Amino acid sequence: MSEIIKPKRTIIPFGPQHPVLPEPIHIDLVMEDETVVDAIPSVGFIHRGLEKLVEKKDYNEMVYVAERICGICSFMHGMGYCEAVEHIMDVEIPDRAKYLRTIWCEFSRLHSHLLWLGLLADGFGFEALFNECWRIREKVLDMVELTTGGRLISSVNKVGGLIKDVTPEMLKAMKETVIQVEKELKPVANTFLNDYSVKSRLCGSGILTKEEAIALGACGPMMRASGIEVDLRKTGYAAYDNIDFDIITSNDCDGYARCAVRIGELFQSVEIVRQAIDKIPDSEEVSVKLKGNPKGEFLMRLEQPRGEAFYYVEANGTKFIDRFRVRTPTFANLAPLIHTLKGAPFADVPLLVLTIDPCISCTER
Amino acid sequence: MENYGRNIVEIPLEKLVIVASEERDKGHRLAQACASYVNDKYELLYSFVDGYEMVTYKLIIDTDTEVPSISRICFPAFTYENEMKELFGVKIKGIVTDYNDKFYRIQTKTPFLKKGDK
Repeated sequence: MSEIIKPKRTIIPFGPQHPVLPEPIHIDLVMEDETVVDAIPSVGFIHRGLEKLVEKKDYNEMVYVAERICGICSFMHGMGYCEAVEHIMDVEIPDRAKYLRTIWCEFSRLHSHLLWLGLLADGFGFEALFNECWRIREKVLDMVELTTGGRLISSVNKVGGLIKDVTPEMLKAMKETVIQVEKELKPVANTFLNDYSVKSRLCGSGILTKEEAIALGACGPMMRASGIEVDLRKTGYAAYDNIDFDIITSNDCDGYARCAVRIGELFQSVEIVRQAIDKIPDSEEVSVKLKGNPKGEFLMRLEQPRGEAFYYVEANGTKFIDRFRVRTPTFANLAPLIHTLKGAPFADVPLLVLTIDPCISCTER
Repeated sequence: MENYGRNIVEIPLEKLVIVASEERDKGHRLAQACASYVNDKYELLYSFVDGYEMVTYKLIIDTDTEVPSISRICFPAFTYENEMKELFGVKIKGIVTDYNDKFYRIQTKTPFLKKGDK
């Protein structure tokens, strides 16, 4: 009788330093030959404990800490914190501020998704595509710099609205920029969606079904690429309730679907910026005066470029807040990532890690 | 729709596992869980979402109370529970993947337990 030989298991450490990872995360890959059978992630290499600073900074100063959680998601971290405190204080900010927040949110999404597309192209060795994505991204960042004063850390949000307004010339320049970006994006999108080498690496890899996405708590493009039609912008925060857009989903549930959803969202962001600029009201005020200190608790949810982010604020009526908690999309997508890695060939691991669009700075806030 | 942020329901500790099972059976997604240390007690929040609707369950417990893990019911809870355990020192029993205080590579033990000087 022939003896059944069980394949040997080997543990291969992936990260914290790896060519596809701009930030540190470590995954122990349990391998049987070339196949991953289990994956154990660990984080915490750059944990900064920023949430804890809420006990030492007053609630107005905390905006600047919140937006330093991560460079890429900076604007929306600041905004998420402000919106949570504004809900607690029952503050309604001026409509113009709501529209400007919407516009800058979409500029954040544009540069975040372009950054990710570039990293993905770099991940499978398509350097020309990487260069093209990051070249277009520069135009978006230039416009953020022109209108806010900062390329990544904009510091324009405050509790009660915005610190600064934009001029009509700036709005015109923003609109021209997104039109130009849209034009230059088309050939890039065509390559990502139709090129043989891209499809051969992404199609059918890292399958996450709709049921699995729900059970594992996936969020953002990762969830929408599994056919779940949820986009928190539809809850109507900022000025999104006045913007007409459809949720972009895919039923393919693989790495290619995640790429396609993000590419669709790039064009959608261009359209949202156009609509918001056309609808923005003229007014002199972009903020309201605050009375007293916040007291109460609120859980704010935003659709960050990488997915659903939570901002929990518990305030006690003093200028210091008891608890500020941020749950970032990457943290939620860790469990789905483990699932997609199981059964994958070793060579696909870097791309599968990339398809969740990991942001470790956010995770290690 | 944004009123979901105020939909916070306080529950006793013994109902946590029951509530988590009910939410899972309804097909709802565990969206986040976190701890706070307020007035010398822990406040634990578990948020479940169904599309855009969300309900958050809140437990207020003493610091020496043992909390059952819900990671066997909702697998993604293991990351949140490891975080609560390491940053706040919440005593959570039965986490599916327990990192034994090595989820975050931090030098200070339970750094969020002590209140900062204002």
